[in-house]
Order: sequence, then structure tokens, then C-alpha cells
Amino acid sequence: MNIQIKNGRLIDPRNSIDAQLDVFITDKCIAAIGSAPEGFKPDEVIDAAGLIVCPGLIDLAARLREPGFEYMATLESEMNAAVAGGITSLACPPDTDPPLDEPGLVEMLKHRAKNLHQARLYPVAALTTGLMGKELTEMAELVDAGCVAFSQADAPLTDTRVMMRAMQYAATFGFSVWLRPQDSFLSKDGVAHDGEVATRCGLPAIPVCAETIALSTMLTLAKETGVKLHICRISSAAGVEMIRAARQQGLSVSCDVTANHVHLSEMDIGFFDPNCRLTPPLRSLRDRASLRAGLLDGTIDAICSNHAPVDEDAKQLPFAEAESGATGLELLLPLVLKWAEQDKVALADALSRVTLQPAQILGLDAGHLSIGAAADVCVFDADAYWKVEAAALKSQGKNTPFTGMEVQGLVRYTLVDGKIVYQA
Amino acid sequence: MKNPQLNKHGELQHLLTTEGLPVRIMRDILDRAATFLDLDEGREIKKVPLLHGKSVFNVFFENSTRTRTTFEIAAKRLSADVVNLNIGSSSTSKGETLLDTVDNLCAMHADMFVVRHSQSGAAHLIARHVAPEIHVINAGDGRHAHPTQALLDMFTIRHYKKEFHNLRVAIVGDVLHSRVARSQIHALTTLGVPEVRVIAPKTLLPTMVENLGVRVYHDMNQGLRDVDVVLMLRLQNERMQGAALPSGQEYFKNYGLTEEKLAYAKPDAIVMHPGPMNRGIEIDSRVADGLQSVILSQVTFGIAVRMAVMSTLAGSNK
Repeated sequence: MNIQIKNGRLIDPRNSIDAQLDVFITDKCIAAIGSAPEGFKPDEVIDAAGLIVCPGLIDLAARLREPGFEYMATLESEMNAAVAGGITSLACPPDTDPPLDEPGLVEMLKHRAKNLHQARLYPVAALTTGLMGKELTEMAELVDAGCVAFSQADAPLTDTRVMMRAMQYAATFGFSVWLRPQDSFLSKDGVAHDGEVATRCGLPAIPVCAETIALSTMLTLAKETGVKLHICRISSAAGVEMIRAARQQGLSVSCDVTANHVHLSEMDIGFFDPNCRLTPPLRSLRDRASLRAGLLDGTIDAICSNHAPVDEDAKQLPFAEAESGATGLELLLPLVLKWAEQDKVALADALSRVTLQPAQILGLDAGHLSIGAAADVCVFDADAYWKVEAAALKSQGKNTPFTGMEVQGLVRYTLVDGKIVYQA
Repeated sequence: MKNPQLNKHGELQHLLTTEGLPVRIMRDILDRAATFLDLDEGREIKKVPLLHGKSVFNVFFENSTRTRTTFEIAAKRLSADVVNLNIGSSSTSKGETLLDTVDNLCAMHADMFVVRHSQSGAAHLIARHVAPEIHVINAGDGRHAHPTQALLDMFTIRHYKKEFHNLRVAIVGDVLHSRVARSQIHALTTLGVPEVRVIAPKTLLPTMVENLGVRVYHDMNQGLRDVDVVLMLRLQNERMQGAALPSGQEYFKNYGLTEEKLAYAKPDAIVMHPGPMNRGIEIDSRVADGLQSVILSQVTFGIAVRMAVMSTLAGSNK
């Protein structure tokens, strides 16, 4: 099957392309850029006039809720949502029920995702059995089964010796360890940033030092063990500063932030809006400014959706009892575009945070449209505005802090492996 | 952001918090409460038909005898039909959600809900959910707000001190976990009290509490110096478990209100407490029962203030 995407503005951060160029796809791969290869006869032509053509988005944190939480969402519903959001690859954290701690579970998930013929799924396996923080999982077996990294999701890993051993073991084989820094004692029962809003609303709080203390432990052990460490969902100014300093000292550590945290702060909780009950908590305006500065200077590599669909009932509760999480797959691109516009970031740089950079963190040769690369492509209208509302979302999760807002950026085509998997 | 407790005419639709409550409404409630009191006798005399034919549901997801009783008396003096529900141990433990419970009670034709819940924001959630003709009164939600307590405290202060603009007020104790303290602070600053102090160890103060418009003191004697009003807070016994305090005795030594410490306040300072008191923990009996204590007046005034709140809400029913 030959596809020609013509008249679009091609943005490919890896190859430093931002120009009006046609894309030619043959046999699942990019065959040529600019002019057609010899003898190329398109079976299908996508007219991308006025649209942007870029590598398919790669999301580092999308909960698909399978297995175990199918009442919240299913693989099918969320994979649909992913491609509707222009996402062609996604990493899912291991906090399913049971957790992704056995090769069989990873294989099953990969197999089921593959049969859906939509986005590519890269499971992140549990670092410890049952995410209990006690025993190591069979990491090499899990990698053979198809997982790409190891994480504790949001489960605590309080035993520092286990953390060190896990990092040493992962480093032995060159596996990546992804951790979200949060001290479990300091964050116990907390539901909001320890600041002005939690004080006003009387909400149990999570102080910034819960992040920095855990981060300090992780960075120290990463240096000690030489593991490939990725810090997930950094939330505070102090945290960003610590990662910046660690990198300046030569530690190879990568880092992501959620699209919600780029745009929102504790202030958005307003009168106890349960849609703003997120993990990590939304922090102060000063923290948000530092997260944006961290993105600009490259301390933060990637932006993830932190997609966490939650069923409606679980949000119709008092703030602290409401389930944490928000739907995000279909908002990732709009929120990145909004950030780029607000902070005057070049579109190529902004898009690299959801394409090339996450691919590198995943250790994949993806997130670019070089000749010969898999044809995972997103074609979107950057000037189209749409209103975020339940009916407009494919995800089974309908809750987001952005409900009712106008956002910018509508996906028109998503291609995975040279096949059109979504069209609007 | 729309103020969730006002209707489109700017009238009080729900009473959820004293934060952002317009000073005009606050003063109206206090004035109205005064009309329910026979000030010569110091007790209520009137039974009035202002809520005749209306159903008031006291819905308490957290147990309380005192607050519920004063709401019940207030509603009955307004001629309302009162239904008391202690849900703390029934429906929610059977799996029914908070809003399911509320829906069921709405179907029983409730006109007004008086709600207490252990979670901050519960009253806001209910107010957002119910039909526009139903009123919600927050009788305490988690650590967030207890507006009728704060209003009756303001009524008491005004009764004894006449004005707010020349007062120094100290709030003493567990501000961190106190919905009463938060509501008092907002009410005092709204009514124009120029100096509000909080006195507590650092473990019992929330982060950035000074942003609420208060001065922070850790030393009780300094904090009480020249104040006109001392508002004591109840200390929950479980605070010792969370490592917030070493012991009740040590707390009493540093922050318990004794005659010696009270001597630092103005000679005519009044002492208040929302109850129930822990004698010998946050307050010495000689102060609690002393001449400067107005704690029992608070209870009496509480009924008039709650009558004023309920009748104000019923009057805004448009």
C-alpha cells in the first residue's frame, strides 16, 4: 500500500525539517520525503494542505486500566482514544490488577494491543513483585516478554536497600528504571500541594520535600549504581533544580512532566474541583513556572499525558475521597501546542517533547520520519479549536480539569505502520 | 469563579464557608439573630413561623450531638419540620455514595440540608449537586469550614465588644486541623478586625497560614498580650499519635489557657471556646468557669444565629 501525504507542513525534529514537503509511504515505511521515489504510484493520497505532518506522538504514561480495572476503561477504548489524539506509541505503567510483574501478563497485554491494530504498546513492568517494594521481578524475562523499562508506578519503594539492589540489577543488563519521587511518609494521606490552597481548603497536604527527599535518594543511588534512571512526573521547582544540578555534575538522568502540570496549579482546585485531584498534586504557580523553565532549558526532556481514566462515580466524591487522575490522551497534543504558543517555543521543539524525546527515553528508534523509518505519522490542524466535553472524547475517562475549555489542535489523520488508523 | 454560595441576585443560596461571604450578608445575619433574642433575659422567646411547612434535614455523616441539637432547636423555633439523620454508621457503610444519600433525601422533599461530613469540600459537593430550590448549610466539613460556629462567635464578640474595627483577637490551638479556626479567621478579617493572631506550636499550624491574614505566635504569653478576645480551639486527643505533640500535659503547660497566661490579655478580654472543652488540656477550669468566660453565652447565641441563617436562606428562595 502506497500513501502520499501531500501539501502539508512537515515537522520532523530529529531531521531538523520544518517545511512544506510531501511524505511518501511504501510498505509500512517512509519511502521518501519531498519528491516521489521512482515509479511511486499512490494508492491513497492524503491532502494535508493547511495541516501539519509530524511523527506520531509517543506518550510515556498512559494508564489503560487493563487488566483489573475494566470498569474505568478498556484497552480498546483507550487505544481508540490514543490514535484520536495522534499518539502512535504509548508506555503504560505497571499499576494494573494484578500488576505487570510477570512475563505472561506483559505478553498478553502486548498481544491484545497488537490485535487492535492501533497504537503500539510498550508496557513498563513492575520493578518489584506486586509493586510491594520487597522482591525484584524477573527483569530479564520481562524484557524478553516485551517490556521496555521498570517502575513502581505510584507505589512506594521505601526500602532503600531494595531500591539500590533493583538499580544494580537493572544496570547489570542496561535496563531503565523509571521512578516517581515521592516520600511515602511525608505524603501519607495527602491530597494537595502543601501551600496556600490546601491551607485555605483544609486539605491534607503533600509538601515539596516529599518529592525532593525521594529524588535525592534516587539520584544518589543512580550515581552509585550507574543505572539508567528516568524521573517520572516531576512537580516542583526544587525538584527541577535538583535534576538540573545532577545533570551538570554529569549524571545521565532523564525526566518528564505531565501536560496538566505545565498548565495548571493548586489555584485550579478552586472550590474543591475533583478533576484537579491529580498525582502528583498540582503545585504552586512558582513551581509551574519552574517546570516550564525546565522544559525550555532541556532539564525536563518530555511531556506525558499521565492519562488516568477514572469512572464518573469515583470523581463524584469529596475532594480527598475522589479517585486521583484525569483523562489525557486526546489532550496531549492540544496542551503541548498551547504551551508552545504561550512560551513562544518553536513548534519543532515543542513536538520533539512528545515524539523524539520520549522515543529516546524508551530506547526506541522512533519519533522521527527518516527514510526507512516506520510510518507512524500524525497529521493535525493546528488552527482548529474544539471544546473539551465528555461527548467529544473517545476515552472512557471523561474527567479532565480542562472540561468546558476551548483547546487548539485537532488530529485529522493518524497512521501506524503506514496504515491509516484514525481519520477525522 | 462564581461564588458557589450566592444566587444570581447576590443573595445567600447556601452557607458553605465564611470565606468570600459578603460583609453585608454577614452583618444582616448578625442583625437578624439579634431580633431572635430577648436581650433583657438573654434567651430566645419567640417561636416564629418563618419556616412553616418547610422540611429541614440534619444530615450528619460525622457524629455530633451538640451542633445537631442546636440546629434542631433553631429549626423548630422557626416552625420547620425537622428530620435528624445520623449517617455516620448507616448508608455509607453499606456502600451508598454521599450523593446517592442526598438524592434519596431530596426525593423525600427536603427544603434545606444541614450537613456535617468528615471530608473537606463535602458541603460544596452537595450544594453543586442539589436542585436550585434546595439550600445547604455546612455544619462542618473536615478541616475546611464551620461557618455557623464562626458566625455565632462573631455575634458573641459583637455582643460583648460592640465593634470589630478596634479589636485584637487571638486564636489558640490546633489551627491545622480546625475548620472552626479557618472560618473564624475569614469572618474576623471580613468584619474588619485589624489584628488576628494565631498561637500554636509549628506542628499545629498549616503552611502559609499568614496568607490568611493572621500574625503567627508560638509563645502564648506574647501572643495573648493586650488582646480583647481569646478564641480557644479544641485539641483532638489523636494528635499525640501523629507525632504532632508529645503529651497533653506538655501542651497544657505551653498552650493551655490559665489565669496566669490570661493576665497578659486586656483585663476585660473575653474567653471563648467552640466546645466540647478538654479541661486541663487546652483550658484550665478556673478560666473556663471564670468571669471572663462567655462560653455558655456562645451556646445560647448559637441557636439565634442558626435561626438567622436558616431564615435568611429561606427568604432568598427565588
